[in-house]
Amino acid sequence: MARPTLDPAAHAAGSLPARTNGGTGRRSRRRRRQTAGWLFAAPALVAYALFVLWPMGLTVQYSLYSWNGIGASTWVGLDNYVQVFTDPELFDTILHAFELILYFCVVPVGLGLAIANTIRRIATTRLALVARTVIFIPQVIPLVAAGITWSWLLASDGLVNQVLSAVGLGGVTRAWLGDFGTALPAVGVIGAWVLLGLCTLLLLAGMSKIDAALYEAARIDGAGPVREFFSITVPSLRQEIGVCVTVTVISALAAFDIVYISTQGGPGNSTMVPGLEIYRQAFFSREVGVASALAVVLMVLVLACVLPVQRLTREAS
Amino acid sequence: MSRRISRRRVALGSVALTGILAAGCGGPGDNSSSEPSDTATDAAASGAPTCGDDPVTMNAYFETGFPMPKALTDEFTAQYPNVTWEIREDQFAVITQNAPRVLADDPPDLMRLPQVSELVKDGLLKNLDGYAEAFGWDQWPASQLEQLRLGDGGRPRGEGSLYAMGLNFSMTGVFYNKTLAAQVGMTEPPTSLAEFDDVLASAQQAGVTPIVQFNGGATGGFAFPLQNLMAAYGEPGPINDWIFQQDGATIDTPSNLEAVQHLDEWIKAGYFDPDANAMDYATMMSKFIAGDGLFMFNGDWESGNLDQQLPGEVGFFLFPSAQDGGALATMSAPLTFGIGTDSPNADCAAFFLDWVATNPEARAVAVEVGGSHPMGLPDAPMPEIQEGTVTAETLAAGAQIGEDNGAMDFIANATGAIYAESWTPQLQRLFAGEQSPEALLQTVQSDYESQVGS
Repeated sequence: MARPTLDPAAHAAGSLPARTNGGTGRRSRRRRRQTAGWLFAAPALVAYALFVLWPMGLTVQYSLYSWNGIGASTWVGLDNYVQVFTDPELFDTILHAFELILYFCVVPVGLGLAIANTIRRIATTRLALVARTVIFIPQVIPLVAAGITWSWLLASDGLVNQVLSAVGLGGVTRAWLGDFGTALPAVGVIGAWVLLGLCTLLLLAGMSKIDAALYEAARIDGAGPVREFFSITVPSLRQEIGVCVTVTVISALAAFDIVYISTQGGPGNSTMVPGLEIYRQAFFSREVGVASALAVVLMVLVLACVLPVQRLTREAS
Repeated sequence: MSRRISRRRVALGSVALTGILAAGCGGPGDNSSSEPSDTATDAAASGAPTCGDDPVTMNAYFETGFPMPKALTDEFTAQYPNVTWEIREDQFAVITQNAPRVLADDPPDLMRLPQVSELVKDGLLKNLDGYAEAFGWDQWPASQLEQLRLGDGGRPRGEGSLYAMGLNFSMTGVFYNKTLAAQVGMTEPPTSLAEFDDVLASAQQAGVTPIVQFNGGATGGFAFPLQNLMAAYGEPGPINDWIFQQDGATIDTPSNLEAVQHLDEWIKAGYFDPDANAMDYATMMSKFIAGDGLFMFNGDWESGNLDQQLPGEVGFFLFPSAQDGGALATMSAPLTFGIGTDSPNADCAAFFLDWVATNPEARAVAVEVGGSHPMGLPDAPMPEIQEGTVTAETLAAGAQIGEDNGAMDFIANATGAIYAESWTPQLQRLFAGEQSPEALLQTVQSDYESQVGS
């Protein structure tokens, strides 16, 4: 009978950890639980590292080289960054992106608030349902189809100009997407149209959780609809507005698809945005270094714009 | 709690750091690309290569929307059943972006090529000199292959080794709508620039849009009339020198300035469809086919299409010279295909390219499906073409250009980026009245110098 005798201490620690050897047992269990947690997180972490961190690192690395994507590369230090800020062709794209914030963010959030407020007041009617659907449809339509439709609408013989002529404004008609003065605003209008639905829906959802008693109290205090809107609705929607502003600012700064479909940056680069310029530099001019530098600058810009918004809306809550 | 957070931070940080560190070792693209292989030795030594008798699967990369290459491969398989084709298609813009990567990673046996200078510079295209000798391509009229010859390192173009071949060679000029032409009193194609201007003016008076031309998006189609005007005022030689990146070549010449000024006069007179800056190529085609304009500057690759859509309705002429009866010149370029440096079936691909230029059935496909003149010797067989079709007119015009030695490459092909980065925005500015002709040429020239220099 050469059975190995079990170490009683170890046995006790295994079966009755809490009583006999509480400290180490809890720690080891916690460690085990932690290891399991890491194991569960591992696939996501690996994917994140592989598909987000790794390319990000590569982009930063590429931005320090002059490289055509195939041949040998040469180290140029920060020259590509200098070029981004000194070459008007590149720097203008950043200015255009900021101009787009007006259309992609200010208009949809402002208008979305007004529309959501109106829909809330008629929430129980069938009209509200119709309005909600109509306003949200642009989010459902593929952007490519929307872009093509809008380029027809905005053509010189398109519906927009027909309507303008019909109401006696024939003098202002033009090829909206082909005119230097109006191309960027026209692209902005398309973006506003797309994002309005998203903002309205988010804000409407936020409104539905505002306590009705607040409105009642305000009304008893003699507040009109305008006062109600600014004193109750808007402050209560701080978080939702924060989300809307974040999403729309990012879509303005990182705009690509709408511009690519409607104008491809034309006429004469008047609608060129960083996203499209990065793509053109990388794949047409094969200036991978400059493209990467612009991409890094764009990323920093987006963070610089979005983090304060996040902070503002979070502090309040 | 704090311990857990710090540990997570360490873990995340280290993951990020490894990424950056691993990325940070050595510059990208250090693996020196393979030396451009030379076909001269093996191909010339053992006679002209063939596809053999064993089953071969050819890997091809073609352009979407142009049925001719596919029609040629079908005919080829019918004649050589051991050869089958695996074909991938993309828009030209996509091919332009992908070409270097595709040729480096997964070289096709036969590929539609964009501007080739940089591909040759990176050693991605097979040097075809050996095949040219073996098949006798060097006996063809030199002008056919001139644009596909490059010096070592990719420049200058126009001389040196052969790096690509054409399936046919296309040519640009002016298409016109015969009904509208009769309506504005144009009985026959104008033979001088002044006559052309007169037709434009009378079309405008008759309420017909004189020229429907695309100039929107990333491809400024005004480069077509502009280069025709350049050739009307000047010689094609210096323009080709510029396109071929010859040392000291400039686009900013007095005769080119006259051409841009003339284009500017057309713009100011309102001869172009007012939507030009928002119009892409497809929209221009549908407008022209719908009868929304008298003239369209375009290439003979549309001949077959126009013969089908508007039979007997469309005419074609070469843009006239500024001098009465002056020599004619226009853009004429081979429909460029190449073989990847590391292509596994290069011999078969070369045999196919030779077959396209020499086989009577293949030549018929090039004309009937492609609408353009086949490559090859001048006395090679030609298919019968019905009189009165645009295809017949464009083929005749091709012969005329050959006589006048007036073939030019396209100014948009000077460098890989010159079209999207310079010509297009500059021509869009000119159309919008935001750029002067002088500054247009100066800007394009300075962009060109920085692109060629880099």
